[in-house]
Amino acid sequence: MVDASLLTNPVYFLQNLVDGLARGAVYAVFALGFTLIFGVLDIVNLAHAATYMWCAFAGWVVMAVLNMPLVVGLLAAMLFGGLIAVILEFIAFRPLRQEGAERLAPMISSIGVSIIMVSLAEAQFSSQTKKFPSEVLDPKPLYLGGTDGVRVSWAQLLIVVVSIVLMVALGYLIRRTRTGKAIRAVAYSQRAARLLGINVNRVVVVTFFIGGVLAGAAGILVGLLTNNINPNIGADIELRGLAVVILGGLGNIEGAVVGGLCLGLVETFSIAYFDRGSDYKDAIAFLILFLILLIRPNGLFGRQEANRA
Amino acid sequence: MNEGRFSPRFSFLVFLSLVSMTLLAACGDNTATTAITAAGSAATAGSAATTAAGSAATTAAAGSATTAAAAGNLSGEIKVGALVTLTGNNSPFGIAIKNGYDLAVSEINESKFLGGATIKLVALDDKGDKQEGISVMSKLLDQEKVVSVLGPTLSSTALAADPLAQKAGVPVLATSNTANGITQMGDFIFRNSLPEAGVIPGTIAAVKAKLNPKKAAIMFESTNEFTKSAADVFKAELEKNSIQITGTEAYSKGDADFRTQLNKLKAASPDILIVSGLIGEAVPIVQQAREVGFTQPIIGGNGFNTPTIYKDGKEAAEGIIVGSAWFLGSTNPKSQAFVAAFKKKFNTDPDQFAAQAYDGAYLMATAIKNAGAANSKAIRDALAQIKNYEGVLGTFSFDANRDPVHQPVTVIVKGGKFELFQ
Repeated sequence: MVDASLLTNPVYFLQNLVDGLARGAVYAVFALGFTLIFGVLDIVNLAHAATYMWCAFAGWVVMAVLNMPLVVGLLAAMLFGGLIAVILEFIAFRPLRQEGAERLAPMISSIGVSIIMVSLAEAQFSSQTKKFPSEVLDPKPLYLGGTDGVRVSWAQLLIVVVSIVLMVALGYLIRRTRTGKAIRAVAYSQRAARLLGINVNRVVVVTFFIGGVLAGAAGILVGLLTNNINPNIGADIELRGLAVVILGGLGNIEGAVVGGLCLGLVETFSIAYFDRGSDYKDAIAFLILFLILLIRPNGLFGRQEANRA
Repeated sequence: MNEGRFSPRFSFLVFLSLVSMTLLAACGDNTATTAITAAGSAATAGSAATTAAGSAATTAAAGSATTAAAAGNLSGEIKVGALVTLTGNNSPFGIAIKNGYDLAVSEINESKFLGGATIKLVALDDKGDKQEGISVMSKLLDQEKVVSVLGPTLSSTALAADPLAQKAGVPVLATSNTANGITQMGDFIFRNSLPEAGVIPGTIAAVKAKLNPKKAAIMFESTNEFTKSAADVFKAELEKNSIQITGTEAYSKGDADFRTQLNKLKAASPDILIVSGLIGEAVPIVQQAREVGFTQPIIGGNGFNTPTIYKDGKEAAEGIIVGSAWFLGSTNPKSQAFVAAFKKKFNTDPDQFAAQAYDGAYLMATAIKNAGAANSKAIRDALAQIKNYEGVLGTFSFDANRDPVHQPVTVIVKGGKFELFQ
């Protein structure tokens, strides 16, 4: 079933490790925003993938149309993501929260917003694929250990570096800053936080902003990795993002990171080492997810108490 | 109050509901965008009509090989439907095809090809989606009451939507479907696009003669009827030419990262890489193949037959070999006149799909003319009779199975354009 010569090839293994980690890093960044909003606000924001898609376009406009450098494109996409998420909070979530709506209502509301956002993108950009000019990021890869060695593209390198920076920054923000403390308080109980004098609405806006920034980063990074931006790219990552969030434990930040990397590696290795693995990669990945949930129903890092974010 | 909110059962419930919600959202996308894109395509159709005036040039290119029958009996506006993919990843195909139809129909009407009658083309967007194809086909048949249909763009849509037309007794002429089983759907289904089995043997024979590969790797989309059946034809032809297949890898519609599959295929060091895919994924596959260090020649399936492959693929596309029904540099005078008229009207070079679409619209008009009536059954019978039609594709006939008979070519991307592979 598995090709023996591939099993014993160390370069092939390392290559897949690199590709799998880069793939997983993107899932992780996407899932972080998802899980943060869920963990703090108990809202499943299904417009997260649409935000991600719009940010990929924002980055494309900045870099390919306005010819700005990569750093500007990255920052612009992240900022744009934050803004979209904040707008969503004001139009799609806050009104529902104030009316004390059903638990599922915000999710339905986010589905609606998501459909509108995808339609707007189709109207604005047409559904033809957009690509970055090669000046943005050198398409020639780096080789570790000669041209027969392990190949790392600049996009992959960028993804891993940016992902690590964002994960560390988020961890620091949540655990070490005043804002983080407020976010954790709101996550524990909005009522208790309000009684302690925390401006809950402000914290919610900040949380949405951070979630949007992460969606924006994931969008532009995937855009660079695949060089393929169209209004439907959100659909592909959305299900995987949800799977990662659940795999890691709902609302758990370390869990989202580990879950994302796991899914990326499992997908890559199932293609690489199973005969016809590319036919079954999603089936294999989701089967593993299912088995993990059977053994650890709260996800890899899930805890019984709600002290999550 | 927070205790126990995350019981095992709850995790599962949330997971299940999320999965279904996502699916729901995905379906919703299609319906919600209908209004916008429909409006959009109506607008482009309008502007196409206004620009049509200036280009009555190459009308002499019309079908002459058939007995000019009672066209005089025809009058008024005859509605011909078209299903084209104008949105989605595969829109480059559909846009080229619609341009081909539009050019032909405007020439047909300008030159009074049908005497007193004119053709009104009702072109609707099927979004490259089976469900959408079915609903748009019903609209053409039930609301627009078209006499015949051109399209749809993708084989997978055709397999879903054409049975409706067969049942209604309305002839369908596919101008880009190449999968197996298209004309087998019924005696009202025709195509002027060569099936894979008509093109690929010639491509592999040419590659074998010039490059003499010993080993080949195949990459194909497993979620599309056409790319699957093309991959099967490639496999059979490779075996026939005793070229060993070192690996076969699949991918799904919408995938974006193909490095792992390519890396695996590369490990077996094949002499050529065969890619049976549609254009949306073909460009990233080719680019990523070059990135992972595939320097071997790439042979593309029919999905590569569009300038998008070298316009978007740039250097990575150089040297790609494709079997084609037609190519831009053809010396056939009908083809040259078509290229000139197309360029004048749309300011871009036509591709194989535009050429097939243009010929297809003329074939349909010829059938209507020969039938002498705007009657679907009579048009079907007239289509089936067409033999030795001189068009852009060369000398063209339908065989007994309503499949096309004409000579394909093999082309290679060189210096950012298609050239004959020789």
